[in-house]
Amino acid sequence: MYEGVVQDLIDELGRLPGVGPKSAQRIAFHLLASDPQDIGRLREVLGKVAEGVRFCEICGNVSEGERCRICNDVRRDATSVCVVEEPKDVLAVERTREFRGRYHVLGGALDPLSGVGPDQLRIKELLMRIGSEEITEVIIATDPNTEGEATATYLVRMLRDFPGLTVTRLASGLPMGGDLEFADELTLGRALSGRRAL
Amino acid sequence: MYIRHLQVTDFRSWDHVDVPLEPGPTVLVGQNGRGKTNLLEAIGYVATLSSHRVATDAPLVRQGCERALVRTAVVNEDRELTVELEIAAGRANRARVNRGAVGRPRDVLGILRTVLFSPEDLALVRGDPGERRKFLDELLVQRAPRYAGVRSDYDKVLKQRNALLKSAGKKRGDDPYAASTLDVWDDHLAKAGAQLLAARLNLVADLAPHTGEAYAGVAPDSRPARIAYRSSLGEALPEGYGEPGGERADPERLAEVLRVALGESRAAELERGVSLVGPHRDELDLVLGDTPAKGYASHGESWSFALALRLGSYELLRGEAGGEPVLMLDDVFAELDKRRRARLAEVALGAEQVLVTAAVDEDVPAELTGVRFAVAEGEVTRD
Repeated sequence: MYEGVVQDLIDELGRLPGVGPKSAQRIAFHLLASDPQDIGRLREVLGKVAEGVRFCEICGNVSEGERCRICNDVRRDATSVCVVEEPKDVLAVERTREFRGRYHVLGGALDPLSGVGPDQLRIKELLMRIGSEEITEVIIATDPNTEGEATATYLVRMLRDFPGLTVTRLASGLPMGGDLEFADELTLGRALSGRRAL
Repeated sequence: MYIRHLQVTDFRSWDHVDVPLEPGPTVLVGQNGRGKTNLLEAIGYVATLSSHRVATDAPLVRQGCERALVRTAVVNEDRELTVELEIAAGRANRARVNRGAVGRPRDVLGILRTVLFSPEDLALVRGDPGERRKFLDELLVQRAPRYAGVRSDYDKVLKQRNALLKSAGKKRGDDPYAASTLDVWDDHLAKAGAQLLAARLNLVADLAPHTGEAYAGVAPDSRPARIAYRSSLGEALPEGYGEPGGERADPERLAEVLRVALGESRAAELERGVSLVGPHRDELDLVLGDTPAKGYASHGESWSFALALRLGSYELLRGEAGGEPVLMLDDVFAELDKRRRARLAEVALGAEQVLVTAAVDEDVPAELTGVRFAVAEGEVTRD
């Protein structure tokens, strides 16, 4: 245990995801030894974040203004919407440069254990968007785990009443550059049932 | 298959021990509390990724150490694989096969197959239904490792659904979303549950004849023993499912049946806040003559039944693809009478490899003369 404020700093850092007690200690002492200017910048950014990060009023992604860059971009396909759990998933899909439509960030997945139901997610907003915009395709890109799959099923149920709307789910299966023999049965089974004609 | 080499570091009472092993019978003799069972437990852990004695990993790591290491060299049909497991309390375990890291520890399941009979097995007969479900699920995973994933998926969905039932039950219909989200979780519970249920039913159908035969072998004068799967679906379970020679259980059909059953029990489930239908509420009935073994069987009969379940598992696994399992008998001869000892020794002699522990030499039948190791404080020496 260190004395006073240094231990407080270590404790606070240790609460961050992915940071254990040893890493927290290392970061704390790194900060102590840093240039006051660097600390000043960090403090400024943290202050701004604490004041309130803005979320895009349309898609729910983090944003600088009222609307995020993607929703403001007129070159993007307004008929196709990709539904993801978190803002970081938007970045992941963006990195592919394959998708030219827009996004909808739910803010999580159905997770009754943590008290997250449809009310806590931005599902109502999604339904309103589909009702008012010219959306013809919804791509559900929630995580392929228990909670993500349940959310996908729920969305499919809510969306099937919209006429003319195509709802798709991201395919799951074998990783590129992987070896078939090393794939686990679940993944390989999924890849088999989701196979496509060539 | 057989284990050619066992190396254990910081596991239970052992700081480090190397044991070269051979096919055929091997007897570990040593006083109580010297760590004989710990060695079998370590081997069992590599095969099942769980201990037969404790539910958490913390007790497996030697006091004061951060992690335990178990390394086994397994020879299956002349092919040798080294499996190494690093067990850390409260953290994810790490696994290596032939010194190369594998993605998840689950991936090593199936490389080593074991059947362990130990004094704890009395709980299979006398304990709660949970013990018998665990027995079935562990055997299922040994049979086809993918069921480890199915089982954990089912547990996750079940937990989520129970949480939803509890919160929705409290609100009593004020929540317009509760019904539609519950439908979603029903759907997933039915799908995952049907996979598990179908596999268990088929397992019981295959295991039942072996168990009956094994029981008749160890206790020829007793009433006949029978096992049967009792599903929480009751009458709704399709006929012939889970019976030897009956129809093989079809997951798709079971999913439909489960969905209907979940719909019917929804009101009761909301009231009580738990899922009332599904494989987590099922039971493996053990019957002697025409009375249930639990509560009616004598001590000797209970022992014989537990032994028959293990020997039946052993016969089932050895008859299937994947390699003959390693048989492990932990301190069980002392509990058996002369005839049962002889019968068990007979089965053990037929095994490709059998590891036996005993406190004193006299407990081990004379037929099982193989390699003998003396287990003393902190070391294992070959005689």
